[in-house]
Amino acid sequence: MSNVTNLKTAEPWKVIAFRIGAQEFCSDIMSVHEIRGWSPATPLPHSPDFVYGVINLRGVVLPIIDLSARFGFGATVPTAQHVIIVAQARKRTFGLLVDAVTDIVTVNDDLIQPTPNVTSELGHHLLRGVLVLEGRMISVVALDEIAPEDEREVA
Amino acid sequence: MSMTILTVDDSRTMREMLRMVLSDAGFRVVEADDGINGLEKLRAEPPDVIITDINMPRLDGFGFIDEVRRDAQHRAVPILVLTTESDAEKKARARRAGATGWIVKPFHPGKLLEAIRRVAA
Amino acid sequence: MADDALTHIKQTYFAECEEQLAELESGLIAIADGDRDPETINAVFRAVHSIKGGAGAFHFDDLVRFSHVFETALDNLRSGRIEASPALTKVMLRAADTIADLVTATREGGAIEPSSYQSVLDELAALDANGGEAEEADEFADLGFEPIVVSFDDADMDAADGAVTADGRNLFTIVFKPLRSMYRNANEAGLLLRALGQIGDAEIICDDAELPVLQDLDPEESYLRWRIRLTTEDSEDAIRHVFEFVEDDCDLQIWPGHCDEPPAAVDPLAFLTSADDLPAIAQDGALANAEAQDRAVKIAPPIVHAAAPTIRVEIDRVDRLVDLIGELVINQAMLAQRFVELGVERGSPVALSLDEHDRLTRGIQNSVMAIRAQPVKSVFQRMSRVVREVAAMTGKSVRLDMEGENTEVDKTVIEHLTDPLTHMLRNAIDHGIESPEKRLAVGKRAEGSVRLSATHRSGRIIIEIADDGAGIDRGRVREMAVDKGLIAHDALLSDEEIDELIFHPGFSTAKEVSNLSGRGVGMDVVRKSIQALGGRIGIASRPGHGSIFTLSLPLTLAVLDGMIVKVAGETLVLPLASIVETLQPKADSLRGFGVEDKLILARGAVTPLIDVGLRLGYRAVHADPLGCVVILVESERGGRCALLVDAILEQRQIVIKSLEKNYGLIPGIAAATILGDGRVALIVDVDAVIAGHAGPHQSVQRIQPLQVSA
Repeated sequence: MSNVTNLKTAEPWKVIAFRIGAQEFCSDIMSVHEIRGWSPATPLPHSPDFVYGVINLRGVVLPIIDLSARFGFGATVPTAQHVIIVAQARKRTFGLLVDAVTDIVTVNDDLIQPTPNVTSELGHHLLRGVLVLEGRMISVVALDEIAPEDEREVA
Repeated sequence: MSMTILTVDDSRTMREMLRMVLSDAGFRVVEADDGINGLEKLRAEPPDVIITDINMPRLDGFGFIDEVRRDAQHRAVPILVLTTESDAEKKARARRAGATGWIVKPFHPGKLLEAIRRVAA
Repeated sequence: MADDALTHIKQTYFAECEEQLAELESGLIAIADGDRDPETINAVFRAVHSIKGGAGAFHFDDLVRFSHVFETALDNLRSGRIEASPALTKVMLRAADTIADLVTATREGGAIEPSSYQSVLDELAALDANGGEAEEADEFADLGFEPIVVSFDDADMDAADGAVTADGRNLFTIVFKPLRSMYRNANEAGLLLRALGQIGDAEIICDDAELPVLQDLDPEESYLRWRIRLTTEDSEDAIRHVFEFVEDDCDLQIWPGHCDEPPAAVDPLAFLTSADDLPAIAQDGALANAEAQDRAVKIAPPIVHAAAPTIRVEIDRVDRLVDLIGELVINQAMLAQRFVELGVERGSPVALSLDEHDRLTRGIQNSVMAIRAQPVKSVFQRMSRVVREVAAMTGKSVRLDMEGENTEVDKTVIEHLTDPLTHMLRNAIDHGIESPEKRLAVGKRAEGSVRLSATHRSGRIIIEIADDGAGIDRGRVREMAVDKGLIAHDALLSDEEIDELIFHPGFSTAKEVSNLSGRGVGMDVVRKSIQALGGRIGIASRPGHGSIFTLSLPLTLAVLDGMIVKVAGETLVLPLASIVETLQPKADSLRGFGVEDKLILARGAVTPLIDVGLRLGYRAVHADPLGCVVILVESERGGRCALLVDAILEQRQIVIKSLEKNYGLIPGIAAATILGDGRVALIVDVDAVIAGHAGPHQSVQRIQPLQVSA
């Protein structure tokens, strides 16, 4: 149930690739505002375990999603080497806690394959497809699904 | 040196529309939102032309024009009246009050400028 | 660029329409209440006149058409041709509502089916008396002067009889003699001649035959006449247009061809050159003066309450200013922190300068907040229409009383008030107020009353909606809650707790969802929207007597005086306004209660003790109260609890940052702020904690403070 078909446009587009554990992921660069180094966050009470907390981004309170936890790999133990990718989706700005940024790549839709149908918890709804590039497999993140939800009372 | 036009109208929208047309045409615009205000602005700085509405609170257009014409200093300032209808009765009344000419609302920018040319150098 | 200007002016127009509509409604209501002050009626006329004017400029035809009929009726009213009867004001109020709808529809690019307001139009038109013509005739009668209707029937004149050049242009001869009265109106012959020159080639000859010697010269008399030979592509109409303003104040002859005399055969204008007519026109001038003098006496005296001078500023600019001030406050805090870290002494000149800086920053902040403050009047006034409509739809008779409309609130709060207030009023009238028959049966007046009031109290704005209806039917509410599985059938609930049930999602007390209230908007949505503004809503009800909804909102959305506390290693902020007292708990003031809960005796009252660290999930175990600080807090409705925190750090003004913008709601947390060290700290929602909703499970059962005898 991937949305790959929606991606099929003629134009090449850029993605920013990053690493979580041993796996690589990427996101459309147009949704990424900036990359920041890790900083300690204020935890949010009663929040899901993948919500790492909030940080101060130039006066804006920015929620940070621990992508490792979100994908079911377990909570990140952040260090100064970790990276926060500030992204925007569904009218919300938020940060993604990842291990490191690896690359910026120009892609086009021919390189995107549908998400493999395995029984992993890495739910299909969190990914938009898989990018195959020079032997690398980079899962394309569906930012809309990662973004904090609108109406839900997080408790 | 460009001419100064005093616009007197209690409608913000109308004042803005007039300003848009007049300043584009190179005039300097001073605004007042009713007759009393208009008199204050007039005395502070005599304009080259006055454009005034009729229906205004505190002091309406006719009263305003009348006051202006009483003042010897301002007897010769051209005054254009904004009227919504072009019927003879309203025009006659405007003339009697001392108006130099009139512009029918909604006004056509070209006609407004042309009317100004007919009453002011 | 022209498009931007046009869009901008359209925005101005619609903004002005809102003001005019408010004027219109309040004026009509005053008239309905008996106000016969001509200025009130005039203001109402001007409001519609103004709306019509702008609509004409933008070619909003439907709006023009309706407002024209409305304006005519109002004109009749202000000139006394028709009387302000209750029937008339009722029609006019309906017309006011219709025109408001038309404005809204026009602004949103939609349209309203004309048949839906045709009846209003018909009734308005029916109000038009037939005295129109009579009035105009009277005005002329005063002057003892009959207008000469001259018909410049030039069908013959256009004949191609030597009046056209070889290249097809028209030839005209114009004789123009200004009369004395022309100059009185500041018209200038020179400008008119110049205008002629612009529609064609003009050969102008000035005839000064009548000019007397200098000592006989009357400076206000007109002695000169001009003869112009014009060659133009335009028609005679264009020439007449040049003289449009002065046609009554001059002798004007126009004939085709360049000849000194008009063609003999066509001479309908001969009588105009007769000197006999001059006295008549001069008489006109004298009478005009007299009339003008009369009018001068009627000039209204200046308004006693002259509005303070104002300027208009785009809201974006103010918002930007507010943001910057917010940053300044945070920056100020960081600066203060650095000072402390550097070991700067409190009383030193540098520290004193910083204090002064702090004072100035607060001053700017208050002033900026005041810019955005607006009276709630605009929202309240919209409510009178809501009440009218709902009363009509439900067949009830309701009057709306308002108090404190001038109470000021931040603009953003105002914008978000309309919907919740509308829903609450709908509820109050639909469910609260009984039908006239029922009311009479229980000894009440047939007309129900709803009171909308606003006031400031301890740094917040309190808005109340009180009705004198039947109050909440607690039996039914309880029954429905049990049916919906919200409470156990044998649960013991206080009256207040039953009342609170109506705020539960999916709750509606109407057996059949009524036409209005059941539009999928329940009190839970109302409560959420108030909470989103940082406010809270409570209800008090007396069966048979009515209900009062109380809204409490922060005055400004952006700043707060807070107490910074430490809880389980986390920094939290408590709103200072909610804090009653802080104390060091003593063992003998502590009590256990039930299995888990603790109580503390504070200020003579038994108060629930809430372990904030536990409640917010920072800690899995209870803290030992004796090692902590207790902060006694109070909610809007007077409920109290004691919050257990590890330590109090300081008291400071903080800038409120939204959590919802990028995240969402967290029970027990109102918002966030950024502290001096740049870290985010959460602001506790004291009322939610007191109500017991700060925990991970929302439950209706909660500790009942103050009603337990220890």
